[in-house]
Amino acid sequence: MTRQMTGARMVVQALKDQGVDTVFGYPGGAVLPIYDEIFQQNDIRHVLVRHEQGAVHAAEGYARSTGKPGVVLVTSGPGATNAVTGLTDALLDSIPLVVLSGQVPTFMIGTDGFQEADTVGITRPCTKHNWLVKDTEKLSETIHQAFHVATTGRPGPTLVDIPKDVQFAQGSYTPPAKSKTDHYQPTVKGDIDAITDLVELIETAERPIFYTGGGVINSGPGACQILRELVDGTGFPITSTLMGLGAYPATGDKWLGMLGMHGLYEANMAMHDCDLMINVGARFDDRITGRIDAFSPGSQKAHIDIDPSSINKVIHVDLPIVGDVGHVLEDLLRIWKSRGRKTNSDALKNWWKQIDAWKEVKCLTYRNSDKIIKPQYAVERLEALTRGKDRYVTTEVGQHQMWAAQFMGFDEPGRWMTSGGLGTMGYGLPASVGVQQAHPDALVINVAGDASWLMNMQEMGTAVQFRLPIKQFILNNERLGMVRQWQQLLHGERYSHSWSESLPDFVKLAEAFGCKGRLVKDPAELDDAIQEMLDYDGPFILDVLVEKHENCFPMIPSGEPHNKMLLGEVEATDAIQGAGATLV
Amino acid sequence: MSALKIKKGASRKSAYDLRDPNSEVIETHTLAVTVDNEAGVLARVIGLFSGRGYNIDSLTVAEVDHLGHTSRITIVTRGTPAVIEQIKAQLGRIVPVHDVHDLTVEGPSVERELALFKVHGTGNDRVEALRLADIFRANAVDSTLESFVFELTGTPDKIDAFAELMRPLGLVEMARTGVAALSRGKE
Repeated sequence: MTRQMTGARMVVQALKDQGVDTVFGYPGGAVLPIYDEIFQQNDIRHVLVRHEQGAVHAAEGYARSTGKPGVVLVTSGPGATNAVTGLTDALLDSIPLVVLSGQVPTFMIGTDGFQEADTVGITRPCTKHNWLVKDTEKLSETIHQAFHVATTGRPGPTLVDIPKDVQFAQGSYTPPAKSKTDHYQPTVKGDIDAITDLVELIETAERPIFYTGGGVINSGPGACQILRELVDGTGFPITSTLMGLGAYPATGDKWLGMLGMHGLYEANMAMHDCDLMINVGARFDDRITGRIDAFSPGSQKAHIDIDPSSINKVIHVDLPIVGDVGHVLEDLLRIWKSRGRKTNSDALKNWWKQIDAWKEVKCLTYRNSDKIIKPQYAVERLEALTRGKDRYVTTEVGQHQMWAAQFMGFDEPGRWMTSGGLGTMGYGLPASVGVQQAHPDALVINVAGDASWLMNMQEMGTAVQFRLPIKQFILNNERLGMVRQWQQLLHGERYSHSWSESLPDFVKLAEAFGCKGRLVKDPAELDDAIQEMLDYDGPFILDVLVEKHENCFPMIPSGEPHNKMLLGEVEATDAIQGAGATLV
Repeated sequence: MSALKIKKGASRKSAYDLRDPNSEVIETHTLAVTVDNEAGVLARVIGLFSGRGYNIDSLTVAEVDHLGHTSRITIVTRGTPAVIEQIKAQLGRIVPVHDVHDLTVEGPSVERELALFKVHGTGNDRVEALRLADIFRANAVDSTLESFVFELTGTPDKIDAFAELMRPLGLVEMARTGVAALSRGKE
């Protein structure tokens, strides 16, 4: 029996049938019928954000910390265009989202109506797929397809654009089980011959390394578990991209830390000198590879990825395996075990000896001060005072993001939410809102910079309204720190527009929003300030005044390979030259 | 280099194939892409090419299965082998794309293009145009005392050659369809 209902009711029914408990959104003319349905039910909680970009980032935080798709509801025109940055962010970081947008009635499309925008046209390149639904009969099935596409294969954002007359009209509801998912069925099982080839390489490799990424986390907790078993079983060192932190525990003894532009010296040197690189769910991003033609020149490279277009896109690999990380690692572990769990243990011992020598460099060393708070010290103290708690960390984008990645350790997946691919300033605060919404009793901290934080600070209103006790840890250097660092290294210390004049008083700002704030500038008071933030039962802004011109090291300068890392200030002078200067 | 050995092209399901991946030689490939015939699908394909900086030499699209609502898009594109592989993988990622066939590497194929030429002229030029049209097996589908419209089907090279010959004889306008292509044989 088919059930007749309005399109608006269908939207709510479809969300319920998809198991959605939370929607992040903002009402407007073209979604009023849907909001009317939301008003008349209690199964789905609607979190009213203050700006649609905030809604999408909040949904990203929700998705990354739960493994479930994040759901967003916005109106037509500006509602949809404000969602574009978040959609692009989710596309580049492979985060499953379903965004529902209102649209002017079908008979008005193309007339430049009030709040009309070509939403499917605008969002086509920043979604995995999108739909304009012109017929209520097709609405529920399309929403179910949107969930299917967003969550299967390489996850990503989808958008369903729903004209207002389609929301008012009656149609028959199609439940998820009866919805066609068409031909979109990505490959999840890897080729067994290729996996066996990789086992052979693992058995003989002298200087192997696992290089893992967000694909492991997207594949789920099971994949992370198998990865741990594989790493601990083989005894191979493991490094991870920014996106993959937590898949292997930072406390694990095979852990080398993050790799890449601001990654750890030992991780980058091991990548450069390895003879077998096993890329698991990462994509050879330019922040990782550095100079392409000098990238890990002596290694055989295997690449496990669910997206065939990731294979050979940037780096040519010797052994590609297309499939879901969890499935491939399961087969890999099984075959490796069945062949006797062999590794080249003598060579591995020497390899670890080399790695331990690189670790002795202690690349994260910085010169501390008892007069002014060093940003690294602030993050170290935050880590020390929160480690072991039920903790989730989001970040904005810039120096503070890299320091957080360097100095904080994550032992579980889904505990670290940061904008990696797109590098979206303004991501962290709304993301922390979404994370806290999903985990009301957990400690949720946004490690922020002053400039990034201002970009979506309106979401403090959301946090206060919904009693989300998010902790905003602002490393305030009154600068756009990373931009300033590049201007120092690359543009003759001409700090063009990279400082923040007339910053708000963050303590008063916290009070204005109805929460609490504190300013701290004395290193001796830092612990007490952090503790006050943690103990406070509500949203809190901690304004940490830090060294203004601190640089983030170590660093691979633009256009250089992994083994040309800069470890500190002395080496940094005139480090970036020639073609490297044109890279970002 | 280490002594590790890997069979080339070990994963059959990957975008990797056996040609030299680092070749800088620019190749021309004809791709046949089957897609759902739905709103915006052509924009997705074209947007992929413009957004990622790939070339389109020619593009032909029409519905080929009314019941199944599928269209066939034939794209002639250029790039190094690595770029061509990327293009195919990226096309395969588009949700309404069913399959992508590289007719250039999957065996022999036939490629045809249709063109219409308007040639204006009198006297000897007009006679010569008609004689050449006969040699090229072009049909005159419209004629006045001072002009012809020729219809010609053939490979892009043949159409280029005919256009070059018509130019001094009074070619005033030309319309081309882009390439339609099929693999040879029963498969």
